[in-house]
Amino acid sequence: MQHESPVNSIRLFGGFARGSLRLIMRGNRTYVLWLAFLATLIVSGILAYSNQVRTGLGLTAMRDQVSWGFYIGNFTFLVGVAAAAVVLVIPAYIYNWKPIREIVIYGELLAISAIMMCLMFVTVDIGRPDRFWHLIPPFGHLNFPSSILAWDVVVLNLYFVVNFVVATHILYRAFHGRHYIKRLVVPLVLLSIPMAVGIHTVTAFLYNGLAARPYWNSSILAPQFLASAFCSGPAILLIMIQVLRRFTRFEIQNEAIWKIAELMAYAMFLNLFLHGAEAFKEFYSNTQHTLYTRYWYFGLGSHHTLVPYAWTAVFCNLLAFGLFIVPKARRNFVTLNIGCLAIYAGVYIEKGMGLIIPGLTPDALGEIYEYYPTLTELRVAAGIFATGFLIFTLMLKVAVPISLGEFRDKEESLEVAELVETR
Amino acid sequence: METDGISTHPSRRLFTIAAATTAASWIMTACGPKRLYEAPKDRLRAAIKEMEAKYSASHGKKVTVSDAGPIPGVEFAYALDISRCIGCRRCVYACVAENNQSRDPQIQWIRVMSMEKDKGVDFSHANAYYNPADVPEEGHFYVPVGCQHCENPPCTKVCPTGATWTERDGIVVIDYDWCIGCRYCMAACPYGARHFNWEEPKIPNEEFNPNTHYLGNRPRTKGVVEKCTFCIQRTRAGRYPACVEVCPVGARKFGNLLDKDSEIRYIIEHKRVLVLKEELNTVPRFFYFYAT
Amino acid sequence: MRNPSHDRKGVVFMRLFALGVLAGGVVLAVGASLAGDGAKPPSPPSETTAKIAPERLDVPAPPFSDGIFPCSNCHAGMPVDRTRRNLEAMHTDIVLKHDETHRWCLDCHDANNRDFLHLASGERVPFEESYRVCGQCHGEKLRDWRAGVHGRRTGNWNGAKGYLLCANCHNPHQPRFHALAPKPAPRPPSRTMQ
Repeated sequence: MQHESPVNSIRLFGGFARGSLRLIMRGNRTYVLWLAFLATLIVSGILAYSNQVRTGLGLTAMRDQVSWGFYIGNFTFLVGVAAAAVVLVIPAYIYNWKPIREIVIYGELLAISAIMMCLMFVTVDIGRPDRFWHLIPPFGHLNFPSSILAWDVVVLNLYFVVNFVVATHILYRAFHGRHYIKRLVVPLVLLSIPMAVGIHTVTAFLYNGLAARPYWNSSILAPQFLASAFCSGPAILLIMIQVLRRFTRFEIQNEAIWKIAELMAYAMFLNLFLHGAEAFKEFYSNTQHTLYTRYWYFGLGSHHTLVPYAWTAVFCNLLAFGLFIVPKARRNFVTLNIGCLAIYAGVYIEKGMGLIIPGLTPDALGEIYEYYPTLTELRVAAGIFATGFLIFTLMLKVAVPISLGEFRDKEESLEVAELVETR
Repeated sequence: METDGISTHPSRRLFTIAAATTAASWIMTACGPKRLYEAPKDRLRAAIKEMEAKYSASHGKKVTVSDAGPIPGVEFAYALDISRCIGCRRCVYACVAENNQSRDPQIQWIRVMSMEKDKGVDFSHANAYYNPADVPEEGHFYVPVGCQHCENPPCTKVCPTGATWTERDGIVVIDYDWCIGCRYCMAACPYGARHFNWEEPKIPNEEFNPNTHYLGNRPRTKGVVEKCTFCIQRTRAGRYPACVEVCPVGARKFGNLLDKDSEIRYIIEHKRVLVLKEELNTVPRFFYFYAT
Repeated sequence: MRNPSHDRKGVVFMRLFALGVLAGGVVLAVGASLAGDGAKPPSPPSETTAKIAPERLDVPAPPFSDGIFPCSNCHAGMPVDRTRRNLEAMHTDIVLKHDETHRWCLDCHDANNRDFLHLASGERVPFEESYRVCGQCHGEKLRDWRAGVHGRRTGNWNGAKGYLLCANCHNPHQPRFHALAPKPAPRPPSRTMQ
């Protein structure tokens, strides 16, 4: 092992930071336009949020009847995206499958950005964000282990730290032309696998544990969460990988993409099967608890705002399953990408609005208040997504040249990287 | 990994760290802002003095904030006679006035549900917005619902910051200064009893009730959750809750569950009693009964 | 790989850690005991809790119409007429709807001294104890009322309870409650607040 004095470490890190900064500050027209687009959304989101902080959550469409809405729906969806990094981690680190091993770092970066978005969505949803520290001992008080939300705070932050450490460590070492420290990375990666399952299970339990809400109080919820997460997260990754292939010298074998698509097909099968099992139980037993499922798929009385979304999700999920299960279709990049978009849309609907709103409609006393987000909620959510994408983009901007060996701690290699970027 | 020259006396350094951590955590435990739940007596007193000054200034009258604690040997319970309630909503407005609920946006801790006699107690056929010229309406009965002060409350269990808990006399309370407004308790409550301040609550000063309790009807801010406290400011002083006194048909009963001579015990022993959503095992301290 | 100095350091660390935990425990324990004290109020004596109401109860005055009592002012010299009839000279406001096929005025009002009511046994009962008259038929209600369970309750749950006479709420001649106008319905939730 090498001797590292603190002074030397600082100097090395300084080089990395300066280089990274230069990398993200420069880019071609598409890159600049993309950043400008994200910045616009972020500014709009910040304006909407500051308005919400000033006036109160009354600016959202949430009310006592439906006390959680779009924000918490997005949170839940993104936990799934974050958990999906494990789809890459297992083949990469456990089976040491090379094609995926090359891209696993991007799964981890995606997980990092997804968790940051999760935390932002929770923050904008709470009524007193200024009291966030009440959760943090020893200043505050975390009601652990009683509150599943406390569990969620713990596991999400741990998962974030684990992924952050692994990804930055690997990249930072690669930047210095060195291999990562196995003793550090392997245990963390092994830990990240149960943790990925853990964050999503805990998030499912968050709803699952509430006997007051029969729609959520079904033991199928956690497995279904996992199944849908293992479709939606990779769907984003597949698109991102293709974008990288197109705009950088980054090479990724088709086998990796196809393998991921195959895994997604199995996950989607499981997801559909679990949905079917739940639907059977609900509709065949036909108890009063069917009201919530009925509201989502068919509406109740004159209330059916969400029905089109429900069937869009069903259609998208079925379409994606059809495309991904047929080897020929998942190997065709047109149908593959249609499938990815369909999965993204399908899971986004069913895990977001489709999970939260029917859970709370009708409310505990049988009242139906038809929730759908206000402009404030849409703007804030768009701002958060833009922030997440910005973080992801900037991380990729540094990570890709490092993986390609274009961005090293020698100044001349940086110049090469820039040439590639601006071509 | 050892760096020479820095850690020559590891034990001393560790001791310093341990001592500093202990001292810091002690300081934070002792002096930092903490939940009223665990506030020592003197700090609670100080906090209450501050509240009184603040509320008196903001509401233009002398506001008192009581810190009366639970009375030993007392566990409160409530009983409501479904056979008598006529759905007049007098209780709703007495509660609003007594407990300083926001007039705009409107917050009401009691929700009176009109139900159909041929359906029984069934929330999927309930209506809170009935508005006939006179009540009771033909073929209907009424079930007012508020906090059930469960013995096994799903709401306090889920609170991530421990801002809501059950007092020793059975009252489920909220620390409005500690609640972060995540609304998990609202999702967990099977009775729709918890209400959120979606905007800054507004109460005209002349309607503001200045006799308050720190766990009850003191002013709330936007972004926190509130609910029925069995009129803690009244009941801990021996009085009946406001809704009991206002009910024109005498459908509302209140007393000490541990006193075998109390009205509540009499009702449980002599009447047909039910609790809402019994299957959820929340074990409410709020009973519904049929006197006739 | 392990060397003795590592082990020694480990032991020292463990000791310090234990010490820290101990110190933390003491702080917590002190805090908890203080919190316990804080939550305990000066408690009123518990023997004041509710007891079954005594035989004679403290009740408000009977709700007579203005100037109608004492009844003997008019009735003292009048002959007693026990026949069922339409009242035309006086008390025209009274419409009997209280088991009217079986009851008539003098079943409750004492014929010989109109300032009293009477029980079936003939025992005279002042208007302040009219509940004893009602209780002859409505025994269960009377029991419930004495226990504090029937009727509107005011006052203290663990002290002096306010009782009302039956007649304070029920018109004895037409005991059924009249319909009431309800207070306004709650505002339904709307996507935009005012």
